Amino acid sequence: MLTIAGLTKRYAGKHAANSDLALDNVDLVVPKGQLMALIGPSGAGKSTLIRCVNRLVEPSAGRVVLDGSEVTGIGGGALRRARRRMGMIFQEYALVERLTVMENVLSGRLGYVGFWASWARRFPAADIAEAFRLLDRVGLLGLADKRADELSGGQRQRVGICRALIQNPGLLLVDEPTASLDPKTSRQIMRLLVELCAERDLAAIVNIHDVALAQMFVPRIVGLRAGRVVFDGAPDALTPDMLTTIYGEEDWSATIRPVDDDSGDDDA
Amino acid sequence: MRDVARWSPPPLIRNPWLRYGLYLGGAVYLALAVGTLHINWARLALGLERGWAFVSAFGHPNIVTHWREIEEGFIESLTMTVVATAAGVAISLPVGLGAARNLAPMPVYLLCRGIIAISRTFPEIIVAILFVKMFGFGPLAGVATLAFATIGFMAKLLAEDIEDIDATQMEAIRATGASPMQIINYGVQPQVMARFIGLSVYRLDINFRESAVIGIVGAGGIGATLNTSFERYEFDTAAAILLAIIGIVMATEYASSLIRGRLR
Repeated sequence: MLTIAGLTKRYAGKHAANSDLALDNVDLVVPKGQLMALIGPSGAGKSTLIRCVNRLVEPSAGRVVLDGSEVTGIGGGALRRARRRMGMIFQEYALVERLTVMENVLSGRLGYVGFWASWARRFPAADIAEAFRLLDRVGLLGLADKRADELSGGQRQRVGICRALIQNPGLLLVDEPTASLDPKTSRQIMRLLVELCAERDLAAIVNIHDVALAQMFVPRIVGLRAGRVVFDGAPDALTPDMLTTIYGEEDWSATIRPVDDDSGDDDA
Repeated sequence: MRDVARWSPPPLIRNPWLRYGLYLGGAVYLALAVGTLHINWARLALGLERGWAFVSAFGHPNIVTHWREIEEGFIESLTMTVVATAAGVAISLPVGLGAARNLAPMPVYLLCRGIIAISRTFPEIIVAILFVKMFGFGPLAGVATLAFATIGFMAKLLAEDIEDIDATQMEAIRATGASPMQIINYGVQPQVMARFIGLSVYRLDINFRESAVIGIVGAGGIGATLNTSFERYEFDTAAAILLAIIGIVMATEYASSLIRGRLR
């Protein structure tokens, strides 16, 4: 599905020192349908990594291959077509605040429709039907004509998920989906993501700060420290020693204690 | 040892010699400057009388005698204002997009910033004199002047609004595989549109006020009518025109604030 090889990102700085190196020779393979969490301290390069995959950030070296075709080194229409296959979900939702919920969802189809059709908001009937289906799936069917800035955080993130899914992607790039949400809404959003990935056989890279939340929902965890992969395994293998390797010295006993699931309520 | 019960803010200029020296220097310069103005008190007394004649005309404004010219002047001014604002706003759109550092490549950015700088450097009255020389007396010169000034004003403010947008909203649209035009239409336009409309309405009432000024140098409109009445010493007609301008400006200002209040 997704192969990352030797991915390196060096931000231009005053010195060519290691501190400017956001990603250092990262190799990762994400098979089809796999949900993978990316953990690590702030500044470890998690955001840079997923932004290098869809080329919102230009990698300095290395290759990204999606479904057998190269994403690095292409431009223009080819890059836009590659981006259609990767849905992105953001920490602060990144909805266009002054557009309606429906316009935000349909903006996920921009890579497929021409400029004038999108300018006039005349999307194909199949796209509109799919948008309503997705809004219904995440429980926001009645809010299609609301403006995005009228929604709560949890509702906005659901719209963000719809926008990513309507692209019909094979891969989701998810950047801190729950960092702006309360604990309960965070779990609901994570559960929704897990379910939707399973329904659609989607692979996903989920950047996440909350280690316990990652352990609860995600079968594979990759730990990043200073731009290097220092852990890659199942949630159970994430021992206090391992967390110390990733984040540095701290008392981890409370962090990795399994948290109780609050399954049953999905009403945010 | 510090007196703990007393405190006053530290002075802007710490050195007292420099501080009081600057005060003294400023006062001396001001006194000398007033001395160079050569105030002619006899002329001032004569002028006060004429000035009073003008001011007292506001007590009996006369809109009837020259009603036809006044009517024509206002219609011409309003036409100039609307045409110039529409043309200026339309041209300012591409210029403003090109002058936004977060959208335009460097050469386009420099070109558009150059256009803005030229448009904003010259006051309307100077531009009006130039266009009157080029196109002759009349409203065409006025329209050209106002449109020219509108381009710089609107493009600069639009470019600054675009530079201040929330970049992640634009990034999210880019991530969907949208084309550059679609990114502007979905990621940028919704963020700046309300303010752009508000500024256009605001510019409309600036242009009306300016149309009265540039008329004095021959660029048509109510300013030309006003100038004629001054030259004939018909202060009552001039007063009527000025009162009407004040009325219209207040009305448009109220209307534009109403419109801007509705947008968000």
